[in-house]
Amino acid sequence: MITKDSVAHVAELARLEFSEEELQQYTAQLDEILTMVDQLETVDTTGVPVTTQSIHLQNVMRADVAEPATATEALFKNVPTKKGTLIQVPAIIDKEED
Amino acid sequence: MNYFNTDIQATHDALVSGAQTASDLVAATYANIATTDAKIDAFLALNPDEAKAQAAALDAAGIAADQPLAGVPVAIKDNILTDGLTTTAASKILANFEPIYDATVVTKLKEAGAINVGKLNLDEFAMGSSTENSGFKVTKNAWDQSRVPGGSSGGSAAAVASGQVLLALGTDTGGSIRQPAAFNGIVGLKPTYGRVSRWGVIAFASSLDQVGTLTRSVKDAALGLNVIAGHDEKDPTTADVPVPDFTEKLGQSIQGLKIALPEEYLGEGIDPAIRTKIEAAAEQLRALGATVDTVSLPHTKYAVPAYYIIASSEASSNLQRFDGIRYGFRAKDVKNLTDVYVKSRSEGFGPEVKRRIMLGTFSLSAGFYDAYFKKAAQVRTLITRDFEQVFANYDLVMGPTTPTPAFKIGDKVTDPLTMYMNDILTIPVNLAGLPAASIPAGFVDGLPVGLQLIGKSFDEATILQVADAFEAENDYLAQIPGGAQ
Repeated sequence: MITKDSVAHVAELARLEFSEEELQQYTAQLDEILTMVDQLETVDTTGVPVTTQSIHLQNVMRADVAEPATATEALFKNVPTKKGTLIQVPAIIDKEED
Repeated sequence: MNYFNTDIQATHDALVSGAQTASDLVAATYANIATTDAKIDAFLALNPDEAKAQAAALDAAGIAADQPLAGVPVAIKDNILTDGLTTTAASKILANFEPIYDATVVTKLKEAGAINVGKLNLDEFAMGSSTENSGFKVTKNAWDQSRVPGGSSGGSAAAVASGQVLLALGTDTGGSIRQPAAFNGIVGLKPTYGRVSRWGVIAFASSLDQVGTLTRSVKDAALGLNVIAGHDEKDPTTADVPVPDFTEKLGQSIQGLKIALPEEYLGEGIDPAIRTKIEAAAEQLRALGATVDTVSLPHTKYAVPAYYIIASSEASSNLQRFDGIRYGFRAKDVKNLTDVYVKSRSEGFGPEVKRRIMLGTFSLSAGFYDAYFKKAAQVRTLITRDFEQVFANYDLVMGPTTPTPAFKIGDKVTDPLTMYMNDILTIPVNLAGLPAASIPAGFVDGLPVGLQLIGKSFDEATILQVADAFEAENDYLAQIPGGAQ
């Protein structure tokens, strides 16, 4: 059983925020999903290795050759706000503490 | 014009002989989309300027006889980057995102002369089974506009099925090519993990995502895979293995091929009418000389829970990059930097994407990692071993693609768990990294049914061989959806 408090904690880790109503809805839905997931407990996985990829390649190398870099202008094409070649962001320190 | 009574080969022949110009074809394709998309809503963006310029250049240079896709209009799922053409992944967080490069699969299509006419709708970040999770619009099923086209490649499937284009690219993380192909009565091919480059594909779950084709015919799928397959230095998860000509085995007898039919794929939760169609398909394949035996894939029922933990965990990590700083939506009225992250993400992502980020973050968080992520990754090993045991004795696995035909728009969207269970027959393939296709297997109450064929790693050719033999025995391609025309 996942609690509303732990859902709120996970939201903080995921950099998401929810209204009280959304928090209740997500708690109920995640609880239902995790109950479905709990059937994995019935599978005996003693000594079974994990699979995190299906292609089994290791240490894929390429030649260390310098190539033309992407133009700075192109890299800034989707930046919301900028000054020259700097990305402009809001103040890191809370505005109300100014 | 629509593409119901033709295919890539016939279109190519007309272009080579000069009976048709690429420019006329592109103009006719857009004229048809303008009419049909009012009902289908498959496209998020059209690409007329580039398409017309490319067609004119091809007409001037002449269509090469050895380039079957040259001058052929195609369309691309909108989670695949197209240089200079807005690519959104159907998310508001990327509503204005303009890529500065092409995905490798797009580059390969362009080099083959294929003409990208536009970008196709999907569930936001490819998370969903109905395309109802798009941040922009709901695409309709080509056969019945009150029903979903499936998902997440719902736009790709509906566009091909309604005759808008001959070929569309899709992506498949848990069935996102095969399930919409089944729901729309077309061919959806998900290649082996590592067969096709994912460079420039917006990541959902990196150990599962794979690009593939949606087409009306099996041969068109083979021609499409011929173009997009192959090792790519930019994607270190692509395999450096030989790429065969995927049309090579088409038309060959399937005499003596050994096909396995897992009992779990016809069991509880499968619509009896679909089961009947698949049993009939097995009979047809036997009549063509293959053997079809019942086998067991005992861990099948654990695939859905294992998948939702693994895919969501990978998604929560992949989607960390959407923070409102370098690109994408940035929230207004923020007080500090953390606020930029939290508000941009909370306002930019839709509900299903947030649900998966939450599930994934939870599964990877301190105290729960062993019980959830690690357990799911161990079960993934058992699901993979199930397939390995069957493939020691068989060439192919067959079964239905979906438990039911296309459902009504709005029916499942409020109940995530019911929606997730719809993927039970397609998910095991992604967990094991295998190639698989869904091909038309008839109709139930006027709605298409998909037959799923699963192959050994890097053996797409045998899937296509059997699919082609099955297609030739039936006249499903002759039946066309009337609604959109």
